[in-house]
Amino acid sequence: MIQLENIHRYFQVGEQSVHALNDITIAINKGEYVSVMGPSGSGKSTLLNVIALLDKPSSGRYLLNKLDVTQRTDDELAKVRRENIGFVFQFFHVIPRLTAAENIEMPMILAGIEVKERKQRVAQALASVNLQDRASHRPDQLSGGQLQRVAIARAMIMQPEILLADEPTGNLDSKSGMEIIELLEGLNQQGVTLMIITHDQTVGNRALRKIRIVDGQIAK
Amino acid sequence: MFIKDTLTQAYGAIRAQRLRAALIILAMSIGVASVTVLTALGESARSYIVNEFEALGTHLVIVLPGRSETTGGHPPLFGETPRDLTLDDADALFRSHHIAAIAPLTIGSAPVSAQGLERETNIFGSTHALRRVRHLTMAQGSFLPEMDVDKAMPVCVIGQTIREELFVDQPALGQWLRINDRRFRVVGVLASEGQSIGVDFDEMVIIPVASAQALFDTHSLFRILIETKSKESMYKAIDEIKSIIKARHEGEDDITIITQDSVVSTFDKILTALTLTVVSIAGISLVVAGVLVMNVMLVSVTQRTAEVGLLKALGATKRQLHWLFLTEAAMLSLAGALLGVLLGQVTIATLEAVYPDFPIQSPGWALLAALGVSLFTGLVFGVLPARKAAQLDPVAALSKR
Repeated sequence: MIQLENIHRYFQVGEQSVHALNDITIAINKGEYVSVMGPSGSGKSTLLNVIALLDKPSSGRYLLNKLDVTQRTDDELAKVRRENIGFVFQFFHVIPRLTAAENIEMPMILAGIEVKERKQRVAQALASVNLQDRASHRPDQLSGGQLQRVAIARAMIMQPEILLADEPTGNLDSKSGMEIIELLEGLNQQGVTLMIITHDQTVGNRALRKIRIVDGQIAK
Repeated sequence: MFIKDTLTQAYGAIRAQRLRAALIILAMSIGVASVTVLTALGESARSYIVNEFEALGTHLVIVLPGRSETTGGHPPLFGETPRDLTLDDADALFRSHHIAAIAPLTIGSAPVSAQGLERETNIFGSTHALRRVRHLTMAQGSFLPEMDVDKAMPVCVIGQTIREELFVDQPALGQWLRINDRRFRVVGVLASEGQSIGVDFDEMVIIPVASAQALFDTHSLFRILIETKSKESMYKAIDEIKSIIKARHEGEDDITIITQDSVVSTFDKILTALTLTVVSIAGISLVVAGVLVMNVMLVSVTQRTAEVGLLKALGATKRQLHWLFLTEAAMLSLAGALLGVLLGQVTIATLEAVYPDFPIQSPGWALLAALGVSLFTGLVFGVLPARKAAQLDPVAALSKR
């Protein structure tokens, strides 16, 4: 379902041109569990951003569900993102003034879903990440692991087929990190395509398919 | 995204930063309050003066001798009056069918005395028609009797101040009043009118016009006050007055005619311009408040860069982000405007309590305009920050924490 063909991405940093992605060609099938590893600066975050449609490749073709998404406007991409892709970030990225439930609700608000359905789905999502009793807590009253579970619930609320996780355990102690990984793997077993970016070997090695990136190229 | 959700989210963002919101609302409300208060003051001054003039009768025509025209010579640059207006001129004006009443007027200043008390005051020489033309009311007795205009008669009508000063605690009616070396019997006392466009009838002694001309040894009239039969006939009356006087003055068009209308509309124009000027100055404070809204919103966008990035990642379109931030700006402005209107009303009410004589009314359009303008400034100055938020690159925005 994700097809990257000869993707290049250049950045202009000062007077230097950085070649962040160098001729990347990969295909990821529905329901796969993929980890992307590599040293910092290798281009793995750029790869994630391109797949996530947050960043546009300088050249190459990207087919998502057999649709070419390289030449789309920002707003079209926003809609594609909303319906197909869920995100989990290293720094959780929850909105501090909103409660856990409100943070989870946000993608549905943007999608224009009726209030009644929103409430139902939020309640289900909170239950699925085991945070029923934290629904009206604000982020500053939650632990890191809880925040990441809120983020996962939010990522899955639109029932996307793809779940992208950028260093999901990077800011957590190993115990809650492991809980998060197990939660993500559980979602994968339900059929969600899971892609985890990490430089933690133990996390990366759990994936069935491991992609290693060095200097913007896929290492064999 | 539903409108209700946009409002809720914007409100939540405002509530998250109370001090910032309070300050911006305060700034906006001061602007709106000053606009409403100043409009109310200006507007009230205008209607006060216009009313004052209109109380004199809207179809009043004033005929002055002489004509203002530049002669090109040494000062005075205005043309000299070759001919005076006389009682015969006033009499001749009765030929016009459009005239309801004519009150010739002679004015002079003379010492008046009664029972050993004396003071200098203004003497009006006129006829019984003056009462009708100037809408005078009597407190005691009657006004000048109807009689031939050229007949001198030793009677007078006095104002309240004169009565109090010269006839301290005694009845004035029927008493003799000495003006210069002539004696006049008091036949009436005017009701207190207060100032009426520069003429203080309380300090006035009114005598028959012929008596006044004899008293001041003159044949000319200060002016002729004319009431036309209706407002519509006023312009016909003016034409006829001109032609009648012209015929009598050997073809010379040497009078000036002022209508109540022109005086009122001139004052109206001047005061409207004044009000607009003052309000524009107050409007500057609204613009300043608008800049403040922009500044605060820009800071807000910068502070919430990561949040904007997140919203983009979650699938927010540019349009949605735009509206989120615009709504926030609009809400702040609107809250400021409402508070400002309230502040303005409180100020006006206070002014009314302190100066009960001066009728202050705030016109409805000013309220609406102030609300509209503040909302408009809020939106205009909110556009730039909202655009900035919508244009943010999600990758860069998300990398900020």
